[in-house]
Amino acid sequence: MKNRITELFAKKKGNILNVYYTAGFPALNDTVRIAQALEKAGADIIEIGIPFSDPVADGPTIQESNKIALDNGMTLHLLLEQVKEIRKTVSLPIILMGYINPVIQYGVEKFAKDASALGVDGVIIPDLPLHEFEEQYKALFKSLNLCNTFLISPTTSEERIRKIDAATEGFIYAVSASSITGAKGDFSSEQVQYFERLQNLKLKNPFLIGFGISNHSTFAKASQYSAGAIVGSAFINLLREAKDISADVDAFVKSLKK
Amino acid sequence: MKYTVDQRGYYGQFGGAYIPEMLYPNVEELRNKYLQIIQSDDFKKEFQDLLKNYVGRPTPLYHAARMSEKYGAKIYLKREDLCHTGAHKVNNTIGQILLAKRLGKEKIIAETGAGQHGVATATVCALMGMECVVYMGKVDMERQRPNVERMRILGAKVVPALSGSMTLKDATNEALRHWINNPTDTHYIIGSVVGPHPYPDMVARFQSVISEEMKKQLQEEIGNPFPDYVFACVGGGSNAAGAFYHFLDDEHVNLVGVEAAGKGVDSGESAATTALGKVGVLHGSKMLLMQTEDGQVVEPHSISAGLDYPGIGPMHAHLFETGRVKFVSATDDEAMKAGIELGKLEGIIPAIESAHALAALNQFEFDKDDVVVVNLSGRGDKDLETYIRWGKY
Repeated sequence: MKNRITELFAKKKGNILNVYYTAGFPALNDTVRIAQALEKAGADIIEIGIPFSDPVADGPTIQESNKIALDNGMTLHLLLEQVKEIRKTVSLPIILMGYINPVIQYGVEKFAKDASALGVDGVIIPDLPLHEFEEQYKALFKSLNLCNTFLISPTTSEERIRKIDAATEGFIYAVSASSITGAKGDFSSEQVQYFERLQNLKLKNPFLIGFGISNHSTFAKASQYSAGAIVGSAFINLLREAKDISADVDAFVKSLKK
Repeated sequence: MKYTVDQRGYYGQFGGAYIPEMLYPNVEELRNKYLQIIQSDDFKKEFQDLLKNYVGRPTPLYHAARMSEKYGAKIYLKREDLCHTGAHKVNNTIGQILLAKRLGKEKIIAETGAGQHGVATATVCALMGMECVVYMGKVDMERQRPNVERMRILGAKVVPALSGSMTLKDATNEALRHWINNPTDTHYIIGSVVGPHPYPDMVARFQSVISEEMKKQLQEEIGNPFPDYVFACVGGGSNAAGAFYHFLDDEHVNLVGVEAAGKGVDSGESAATTALGKVGVLHGSKMLLMQTEDGQVVEPHSISAGLDYPGIGPMHAHLFETGRVKFVSATDDEAMKAGIELGKLEGIIPAIESAHALAALNQFEFDKDDVVVVNLSGRGDKDLETYIRWGKY
């Protein structure tokens, strides 16, 4: 059984574009169309957010998309049905990202099994403790060939980064700044130093840079130091205003990658 | 101490630290240092001195004769309402600000529901000359206006939380976001026994002075440190944690936690977590949580802003699960009546939070010799508008 994330990183070494959006936003059934549009436009990874009522690591843009999605009636069960639909036409790697509480209610093991069976390649659960993953779920994830991505931030110690690297399959999510999600303009010299520091650690896993990636300039800059970058809030802003999802997503992805 | 936190930060299946990586270094620093700091002689001396000379501890344990007559038991009120700032919350904020100073932090943030924790935080920040930002739900700012102005007079910046139901849960989300954005110079003073480990344990320890004093005072008053019952209201659970703490291993002491039933446990507008909640994760720990089947947090309701929280902290969740504490609830109406009754019988107007603890007394059949301590966690000044609006006095 192959994993599309590890395959991608094996063959593509740079400028990988991971695009995040919230399931069920702007409309309940847009989840599928957006995935199709992203593949057509040339994105490399599709990261779909499981909406949650209390997304503490997110800024106002993603908070609002979560709320709208929940008001639209989005649930984790429905998202998995949408993934099944997406997999009929889309072959890009798919990651599900979400806070742990909805996953606990679904059942962590059941979630991993069902997601994997439907063609999900990886998950990001930012508030799942590393030790709990290692003790309770790592073996299961391995048997399902499901990647698990952990976050690191500028304040994460080297010792801990190495621990996270050892526990990770796929890639590491390097948060660009000590902050919640959302665009902030260009990177500071401290941020660049942090990217260089990560580069010099020679980790076993590649890393993607996320938080504050909003345009071609930040995407290109982040990609200089990493395997690529993750765009979230800027894409949510685009979706909120989109008149024609397919055309607008296409233009957005092309403008990032140029 | 079989009901307190274990080495890894859990109470049975509850607790832990479910936090995004951006908060990990802060929480880890606290976890590594809190016990060493709060058990040091220098800390203890400063903490005890402030509790005595600034807060006004020990607070009285008052024998409420007319209440005793009415309920057919020996009723004592632990007068936390007489603490400086008007509630037990200051016990914890004094402890945490002394800790924050020793961690080299310069700025303080806090969340608040009723405003009592916000006021207690603003107070200790003024005392220590530290910058203070308090997040408070917009709805709570409206229903607890005097406390908003008190915080401002004390020099704190009060920031409205505009997400969700705009109450305590949302204020806590905003405070956590602020902490993520300011990871090095800021300490987050959580006001209840919630949050990632070590917060629940740390807050419980700072509040445990309540039961420590109760024991001493009961020994002096009746020659026995153990009451038959201790009643306390539970929102997140800080005053109850303090009131129960030193009795947890004495199983003959009946401990009763009173939750806010709002308009009724089954009305859809309630905050009675033990009746309505399931195991879940919010604000960094595994607790009992009111939520949908899909794991979305349900908006709670209580007339009392301080109990308007959709979960109970991990220590209480464990005490509920093991049966060590009996959890009951009181509705908005029952609490309002009990608050007014205390005014008429004893000349004390309690906070509406504390009135919930009083409102549960008539759910029990006491023996006339039973010693019943009710933790009167706060005073009612801040609730005057709610009392006036409720009318019936």
